[in-house]
Amino acid sequence: MEVLERLGVTVEFPATQTCCGQLHFNTGYGPEAARLARRFVETFAPSELVVSPSASCVAMVRGHYPRLAALSGDQGLIDAVAELTPRVLELTELLVDRLGTTDVGAYFPHRVTYHPSCHGLRMLELGERPLNLLRAVRGIDLVELPGASECCGFGGTFAVKNADTSVAMLTDKLRAILDSGAEVCTATDSSCLMQIGGALSRQRAGVRTMHLAEILASREQHAAGGSPSGSAGASR
Amino acid sequence: MSHDMEHPPLSPFPAAARLALADTQLRANLRHATHTIREKRDAAVAEVDDWQALRESGRAIKERTLRHLDSHLLELEASVTRAGGTVHWARDGDECNRIVADLVRAHGAREVVKAKSLTTEETRLNAALARHGIHALETDLAQLIIQLAGETPSHILVPAIHKNRAEVRELFLRSLPQAPADLSDDPRALAEVARLHLRERFLAAGVGISGANFAVAETGTVAVVESEGNARMCTTLPDVLITVMGIEKLIPTWEDLEVYLQLLPRSATAERMNPYTSLWTGVRPGDGPQEFHLVLIDNGRTSVLADEVGRQALRCIRCSACLNVCPVYERTGGHAYGSTYSGPIGAILTPLLVGVRNAPTLPYASSLCGACYEACPVKINIPEVLLHLRQQVVGAEGPRTREAVAMRLLAVLFGHRQLYERAQRVGRLLQAPLARRGMIRARLPGPLAGWTDARDLPALAAQSFREWWGRGR
Ligand code: SF4
Repeated sequence: MEVLERLGVTVEFPATQTCCGQLHFNTGYGPEAARLARRFVETFAPSELVVSPSASCVAMVRGHYPRLAALSGDQGLIDAVAELTPRVLELTELLVDRLGTTDVGAYFPHRVTYHPSCHGLRMLELGERPLNLLRAVRGIDLVELPGASECCGFGGTFAVKNADTSVAMLTDKLRAILDSGAEVCTATDSSCLMQIGGALSRQRAGVRTMHLAEILASREQHAAGGSPSGSAGASR
Repeated sequence: MSHDMEHPPLSPFPAAARLALADTQLRANLRHATHTIREKRDAAVAEVDDWQALRESGRAIKERTLRHLDSHLLELEASVTRAGGTVHWARDGDECNRIVADLVRAHGAREVVKAKSLTTEETRLNAALARHGIHALETDLAQLIIQLAGETPSHILVPAIHKNRAEVRELFLRSLPQAPADLSDDPRALAEVARLHLRERFLAAGVGISGANFAVAETGTVAVVESEGNARMCTTLPDVLITVMGIEKLIPTWEDLEVYLQLLPRSATAERMNPYTSLWTGVRPGDGPQEFHLVLIDNGRTSVLADEVGRQALRCIRCSACLNVCPVYERTGGHAYGSTYSGPIGAILTPLLVGVRNAPTLPYASSLCGACYEACPVKINIPEVLLHLRQQVVGAEGPRTREAVAMRLLAVLFGHRQLYERAQRVGRLLQAPLARRGMIRARLPGPLAGWTDARDLPALAAQSFREWWGRGR
């Protein structure tokens, strides 16, 4: 929020928004997901651009809404989805592609490593965008994460339905994070951060997770601070 | 799906995975094997400038073929017959096994030599032949190891990937008379013992059995691709050759083969070209087998074809790239999937073939990370099919499961702003006794325990974003 306003974007937060339906769709509840998709589309129809700090939510909207809409057979929804989805962006896409900036004037004097979430990496193909934004942060010591492209094991209900396998994957991710020597692990996806952060906290590992947006929002005044984040409709 | 009831349900994946995860030797073997092949595959693929175009051709040819599979199959039958072979049609595994057993018995053979074949693994041919007093000798080294150990393959290309060489050495010492007492665990020494064991049996065998990687409809040519040369012996030395092939393995023209012979070795073993490619067309007097039978088997494939989203699974060329890059497979191994086909392709193909009712946990055996789709040389969108199958599982299990009720409730909450906000406030009250410094550390009830057993859960913030926003910040 702070970052966007700093860059001169007018931000709105439609209070009627809730969830994009990813949880339902990924678990097999298509009709429920379709209802939430309809709500999402109606909520954000008036916005010029829709930005979300969660890569997997954006992947859900851009990757799966068209199919959900087609399955519902409702032409109105199909059209509305086709009209809206190109305007739904992940935060780093908005910053780098639309606003054409990688330096958002942030200051964050800590050793940081970046976990590219699977959806950001493979579905949205965010590539170097998040890293370029991080490299431009003043004071930051950005270190490489070994085996970065490997999944952290979250996978929505996978983390609960296949808890043992999920934890086995997570353990390897934690080892890589600790090996990197970072004090902060960041990502563009809150769900990976919940998985990784939950385990770091349980193990008193001395490493914390922060969303990329929180790091970009940090300035000299609040060297370790952050700002709350959520989906917001944006118009310039 | 019409054949739902004929298959015994598989054991649930989470329980099988739990056992496998506890096996530290298995974990070490798998980690080493998958990471090694991953790096090599990346390098082999990076060498090809037009890899993406090649993948696209691989996808398109198969898709086109599957759309007109019926006419291509008839063309294949005509070509094989013209070249002196005999084509048999098998509706399911039992019918296939019966056809093969009858053919072997007609020649009075007590032992047959077998090239590695997933399709006959799928039909459990060896057990069926044993019931007729016929011994099927596996000649692929890894498949032989599995047979001697009395196990099933845990990888579609490297069936014994879960075993390391020390384990193989012990097995050979126990079960092969040719093994010297001072056998080392050097792979070359191990292969040599197996070679001694197999060589004489090859020369004595009257009947050979193989699978097929491809069959060319226009010429009737069958192709088998391998690394060791044992499949070539099975398909050339015996007088009678029986090849069992799934109906989806067909490609229309000789030219199409070129695409797959580039895609397959790089994806499978990270080689530019595979060591042995055997191609044969019917029979030729005085050269190779004098009798050739091609058994074309459906065993659920036509019902997969009827599934608009699922049918892409029939494009699979069994390269195993998706297994090797899969973070779940890497940790659980193939046996946890409970079927011939393991890893990401198994998680979709098995439920498609036997019906989701009989394998309801497999579509959930994935974190949807997408590494499989990225690696697949014929662009099977495995995550898309997994999601599609999950919808079918939920449909089959009905609206009264605990999960279904919880999901409906959540959907209602998410559907109403006031309810959602009230739920956040209630949640904050409920978590108050559990939350410490923004984290919930206590064991939560029901399925959520799966989370809190190993991880803390972030507590709801004292002020939600929407409240912060609503109060003018
Ligand atoms: S699904 Fe694709 S990657 Fe997996 S085995 Fe089949 S062809 Fe290979």
